[in-house]
Amino acid sequence: MLADKDRVFTNLYGWLGADLKSAQARGNWDRTKDLLAKGREWIVEEVKKSELRGRGGAGFPTGMKWSFMPKESKDGRPSYLVINADESEPGTCKDRDIIRHEPHTIVEGALLASFAMGAHACYIYIRGEFHSEAVALQKAIDEAYEAKLIGKNACGSGWDFDLYLHRGAGAYICGEETALLNSLEGKKGFPRNKPPFPAGAGLYACPTTVNNIETIAVVPEILRRGASWFASVGREKNRGTKVFCLSGHINNPCNVEEAMSIPLKELIEKHGGGVRGGWDNLLAVIPGGSSTKLLPKDISETVLMDFDSLRTAGSSLGTAAVIVMDKSTDIVYAIARLARFYWHESCGQCTPCREGTGWMYRIMQRMVKGEADVTEIDMLLDIGSEIEGHTICAHGDASAWPIQGLIKHFRPEMERRIMEYRQKAAA
Amino acid sequence: MSGALKRTDFVQPREFKFSKENMKLVEAHIAKYPKGRQASAVMPLLDIAQRQNDNWIPEAAMEEIARLLDMTRIKVFEVATFYTMYNLEPRGKHHLQFCTTTPCWLMGSADVVKACEKHLGIHMGETTKDGQFTMTEVECLGACVNAPVVQRNGDEFYEDLTPDNVIPVIEALKAGKQPKIGSQTGRQTSLGPLGATSLAKQAHDTGNQIMGEPAPAKKAAKAAAVPTEPKDSTPTDTKPKGKKK
Repeated sequence: MLADKDRVFTNLYGWLGADLKSAQARGNWDRTKDLLAKGREWIVEEVKKSELRGRGGAGFPTGMKWSFMPKESKDGRPSYLVINADESEPGTCKDRDIIRHEPHTIVEGALLASFAMGAHACYIYIRGEFHSEAVALQKAIDEAYEAKLIGKNACGSGWDFDLYLHRGAGAYICGEETALLNSLEGKKGFPRNKPPFPAGAGLYACPTTVNNIETIAVVPEILRRGASWFASVGREKNRGTKVFCLSGHINNPCNVEEAMSIPLKELIEKHGGGVRGGWDNLLAVIPGGSSTKLLPKDISETVLMDFDSLRTAGSSLGTAAVIVMDKSTDIVYAIARLARFYWHESCGQCTPCREGTGWMYRIMQRMVKGEADVTEIDMLLDIGSEIEGHTICAHGDASAWPIQGLIKHFRPEMERRIMEYRQKAAA
Repeated sequence: MSGALKRTDFVQPREFKFSKENMKLVEAHIAKYPKGRQASAVMPLLDIAQRQNDNWIPEAAMEEIARLLDMTRIKVFEVATFYTMYNLEPRGKHHLQFCTTTPCWLMGSADVVKACEKHLGIHMGETTKDGQFTMTEVECLGACVNAPVVQRNGDEFYEDLTPDNVIPVIEALKAGKQPKIGSQTGRQTSLGPLGATSLAKQAHDTGNQIMGEPAPAKKAAKAAAVPTEPKDSTPTDTKPKGKKK
């Protein structure tokens, strides 16, 4: 278990104030000027050494992503940092707590990261539903401007830095980085083809890096305590701390910051207060937000919560949003509801995803009742594989995964329902 | 988006102008973006228009925004129809948005919906005859730890709902009062109902329950800098403590 002294977010539950003074008392904005004085290369190098991987789901090494940005502008185009706070993956609510209770770590992280990438302006894209969170974050930004921590000559470092907040308006797809950039430009949230990658042509066709807000929020602490501290937590290639969201059928649903690679069972028992009705009452766990494949009880017993262990188990860490389902759950409906989510949130740009998500949802609706043919289970897999890899962004892939997970582990249950429905119909 | 077909209302007002106060906001938002990139402000402007026009955006507002931002009308229309938070038809005074995605459903959102439908005498997607309440179903609101969740007018979250504790929220709104925002069971934000499992020192200092330990003495709670008793959580829960909205 992670020691309290190693936690980055000491105000995760909002016990202490979120204002500048309280944040400074917790250590935010401490020696920020000195950190900036060490130079761009040092910051990027330190983040590389810390082995920090992006916290938005894909787990791309952050330091490497930063190093893709141009060292200097040869054609006069400015660089931008865009922070992704469009947290909408079902099960995930970690960013919400960081935004409302630790906004100053975000503002400070934004300054340090922008400086490291040579960006004078940074936009934070926050999901529209987070209205009060946006108010809290805007307040922190205003406080930081007033205290001259950001703005012209930020922290007295000679670096000019502007930070803006942009509210979304309810579109899951805008969590995809290029859709987010389009949305920020005042367009529909349609993902763009890659290449060009954002580091080459992103926001307003300028070099841009898009980072998850949790990634940015841990940066000041990494730089202050040193990369080796962060890299000492977790296991190889899966370093650092992570905010986990525990929801569903557990006794103590909560958000908690833990070390990477904590066993899933320990996470549920120690922080989640155990599964409702005891561990033996566990049916399945979705380990990393709705798009990750569910894990049945036997795998949940041993799997570690990190990128590599979950990949080996046939799932992924995603946003580390653990959704626990006990034996009372209608597992087919639970996944059918997710199929509906992906159908609803498909932006409609690519045909396989626009049409395929609807097909899958309609078949899944019938599967709930068993009003289907056994061959349609394979048809679901077939549709999924036709969508996967044939769309501009990963929304199509993500829509297929939960259903693939269901079929992999609960095929007998689906077949049972179909048989039961037939018998009833025959009678 | 493809799953959510949106149409504009049949009856449309002829004109829309931003109020003087809102015009200042509009200018402040446009100033956030680089010169020539004012189209970026289309989303905040639609939001302001919706707030000014009783919770929905008429076509005249889209035209006004297109004029202000030097965009074509269709570009504004595209944005307004794409995002789910923009209402293109009139809504009730209290637009209740029920999350029914899997994490909320697991915790009983279907029962919460049913209780509200029965209490208000309307179905999902309908508005009460007195124009007070509209019920709509939305996808994940991002407060899954505090499921089930309902949002009002895209602003406030009501969390940890049950068929019983959602009715007082509706009644309070009906009476023109502000119900307690956030958890309806007295939980503090995303802290587990059994207590804290981390940050023991902070939990102790602020007089909070630690999971598996006896309840903290009242004295400690009083001495804490932050009010932690459920009755003290005001609608400003999400903001720094002690200040009114």
